[in-house]
Amino acid sequence: MIVFAIASVTSKKMLRSVIYLLFVLCGIAGIYFLIDYNFLAAIQLTVYAGGIIVLIIFSVVLVHHIEMELELAKRSKQILVALACLIGLGIFLTTIYAHPFNVVENSVTTTTKDIGYGLLSYETGGFILPFEVISVLLLASMIGAIIIAKGKKLTDKNDTTL
Amino acid sequence: MIAGISIYEILTVTSILFFIGIYGFITRKNLISILMSVELILNASVINFVVINKYLYPDMLQGVFFSIFIIAVAAAETALAVSIIINLYRQIASVEVKDTEIMKY
Amino acid sequence: MDVTYTILIPLIPLAVFLLLGIFSQKIKPAVSGIIGVAGLSTSALLSFYTAYQYFFVHGKVDGVYQAIVLKTTWMNFTDTLKIDMGVLIDPISVMMLIVVSTVSLMVHIYSRGYMKGDDGYTRFFAFLSLFSFSMFGLVLATNLFQIYIFWELVGVSSFLLIGYYYTKPSAVSAAKKAFIVTRFADLGFLIGILIIGFYTGTFDFETLNTVNHETGELALNWASTSFMGLSVITWALILMFMGGAGKSAMFPLHIWLPDAMEGPTPVSALIHAATMVVAGVYLVARLFPMFYFVEGGYALNVVAYVGAFSSLFAAIIALTQTDIKRVLAFSTMSQIGYMMLALGVSKYEGHDGLGYMASMFHLFTHAMFKALLFLGAGSVIHAVHSNYLKDMGGLRKYMPITNITFLIAALAIAGFPLTSGFFSKDEILVAAFEHNKLIYFSSVLVAGLTAFYMFRLYFGIFWGKDTQYKHAPHESPLSMTLPLMLLALVSLFGGFIPFSKYISADRVGFEAHLNYPLAAVAVSVGLIGIALAWAFYKKENNLADKFSNAFGVFYKWTYHKFYIDEVYLFVTKKIIFNLIAAPIARFDKKYVDGTMEGIGNKTVVISNKIKGLQSGRVQDYAFGFIAGVVVLAMVFIYLWTN
Repeated sequence: MIVFAIASVTSKKMLRSVIYLLFVLCGIAGIYFLIDYNFLAAIQLTVYAGGIIVLIIFSVVLVHHIEMELELAKRSKQILVALACLIGLGIFLTTIYAHPFNVVENSVTTTTKDIGYGLLSYETGGFILPFEVISVLLLASMIGAIIIAKGKKLTDKNDTTL
Repeated sequence: MIAGISIYEILTVTSILFFIGIYGFITRKNLISILMSVELILNASVINFVVINKYLYPDMLQGVFFSIFIIAVAAAETALAVSIIINLYRQIASVEVKDTEIMKY
Repeated sequence: MDVTYTILIPLIPLAVFLLLGIFSQKIKPAVSGIIGVAGLSTSALLSFYTAYQYFFVHGKVDGVYQAIVLKTTWMNFTDTLKIDMGVLIDPISVMMLIVVSTVSLMVHIYSRGYMKGDDGYTRFFAFLSLFSFSMFGLVLATNLFQIYIFWELVGVSSFLLIGYYYTKPSAVSAAKKAFIVTRFADLGFLIGILIIGFYTGTFDFETLNTVNHETGELALNWASTSFMGLSVITWALILMFMGGAGKSAMFPLHIWLPDAMEGPTPVSALIHAATMVVAGVYLVARLFPMFYFVEGGYALNVVAYVGAFSSLFAAIIALTQTDIKRVLAFSTMSQIGYMMLALGVSKYEGHDGLGYMASMFHLFTHAMFKALLFLGAGSVIHAVHSNYLKDMGGLRKYMPITNITFLIAALAIAGFPLTSGFFSKDEILVAAFEHNKLIYFSSVLVAGLTAFYMFRLYFGIFWGKDTQYKHAPHESPLSMTLPLMLLALVSLFGGFIPFSKYISADRVGFEAHLNYPLAAVAVSVGLIGIALAWAFYKKENNLADKFSNAFGVFYKWTYHKFYIDEVYLFVTKKIIFNLIAAPIARFDKKYVDGTMEGIGNKTVVISNKIKGLQSGRVQDYAFGFIAGVVVLAMVFIYLWTN
């Protein structure tokens, strides 16, 4: 997964970098499967691997960049950024490893039913409110995407009819 | 929990993914590549949530729910980002970062 | 005696200057002329009134004319360094008031006619008033600093007036030359003032000049430090005399005076004949006790020799000049040399102070007849539109008044019996004879030369060849001839004033008598000069040319004023400019300017580099963000764990 991620970020061809990202996402879904969060893995595959990758591929096609060679940043910049990232990584890892995690051994399988109940329950600990908010958010983003991507011509055309 | 793999290793993996995403975000010159790096970052953080939930608090499901929300939000944000890129492409006929530098000195 | 009204004497011309200067666009020329004349006549009336009050009404107290001082502290630095401003009334300052105001008034009246129709008419009168103010201030000064301030003001007025025709390059450079040469001389003056102030602790004239009558020496005491064999005070006096020599056009600082003739003729009459150039003489007279008593009068000797040499030098050059104003300029230099040498050979007590009295007397009479000569020359130039002798001749037929007045002035300067010049010059010769034979013989020679070149000038203009003029010259208008006539009267009868009763070195006054043998010598020398000039120039002939050819190269040298100007130009251009000024200028340009520009450049370079932070790229901002977070995290972890 890490190999694919690095390849995605440093690849010179656009399409290849998208495909590597797809592989990364599939790898992540695999992790979810291993953890027994089957519902989540399914969502991951559907939304991310299916929806978003397709979206990105469409946009790449739309801006005619599939065949193009992408240019990379200057060598100095790469090294500098890599260095900063490595330092950051070091900090993260030191923090993580210094912390004693109380790992609880179990093998509970979470069913979709449990997730459904949790998502829509009214009692305390329920997630109905965020659920509704997310749905509104998705609606808003859809409308927003349409408006932004519409452009001027369509507005002029639809002026008389609306 | 996955047999034989401790939490530290998974957290290490997700951290590496996170930083690869950051590296890509800063280094790439194509707007869409930047978008993909952002996806990487988001995904890394989602795994974090899920793994901690599974390993430390198996009876509660907050992590799962939260990761569902994160995925939804990421999807919405990607859609919007793509539409903005399309619009920008119409204006300046390019998706290179260096052509969006109007706000510089 | 209450003398507060004397403050008005300089202030009225100052007010006129400000009025004419500020409102020059709005006042009509004729009105400005009237304002100038009115202002100065008021000052003249006040001066005469002051003189009357001082000499006749108030008179002597205990047999001595008192010096009346009105002053106020203007700037107070320490106990010993104070600059006062005020008015000093004593015999010579009152006499100078009369001289300056009379001549200035005559020049004002004359200028109304001479400068008529000129564009800068109002400006001219404004500057004339400024000059009058400065000169009055100089004459009434109570201390060295005040006299220095007005000294410089007089220099500035002279500069403005010489460069009056500012579109003429020769006039502009002449003005610059005058100012620079006198300024250079004033450097010596200032150093002298500072030395005196430092060693004696005072600048005040009355304090410096007080003579202890019992011991017969200066009451002042100073630390007797010595510098190269002479007392520092002597050096200071010599340096101050250098300033006076510059202003009075003594050798070798005389180079500006001939060129100063570029200014309008009334200016030459006022400034360069009668008033400004005598400022140096006045300075020495003012400090006469110090000059006489310090180290046995060493500085006074310097004054005498410089004066004598200058008078001889100038008289020789004047023999050959062809521009009438330049002849008069060198004549002025020569006569001022007389005044200086008279001061130089003078002593202090009573009749021994004859030189002092003679010098002041000659200052008075010379101012009158030299102003008359210049104004007459101006009248001639106005009629003929040329300055040169070769364009003139036979003018007696056309300009009778100018002819007669010029003749009177020429007789006065030549020392013709019973004219004012005769009396004053005779006293000088007597003083010189009694004290220094060498100077006496040189002065007699100069007297003869003076008569000769003056009558060369007179005959050359009014007799000589019958020039055919394109436009028939006509007599000048009344505004110009009236001053001529008034000054002629003074030149004729001014000699009968019993000057010695009023003006003397110790302010006591004495009876002066005519020394008949020496007078006879002087008169005969003068008559010989006139006769020679008659023979050479009255009728047109080539005697003069044969004579000058006989002198050959000496004539050429004299004509070119002994090449002193060329020497100065060489020194300044080749030596000072090239060796001193140019390297300093280069250093300044390269290093000083370079440093400043370098700082500016470096700032631009640094800012260019910093500019990159505002790249407009979100990625770079994100990078900065991440880097900052990383650094902060490191810092906090370090702090938390320790």
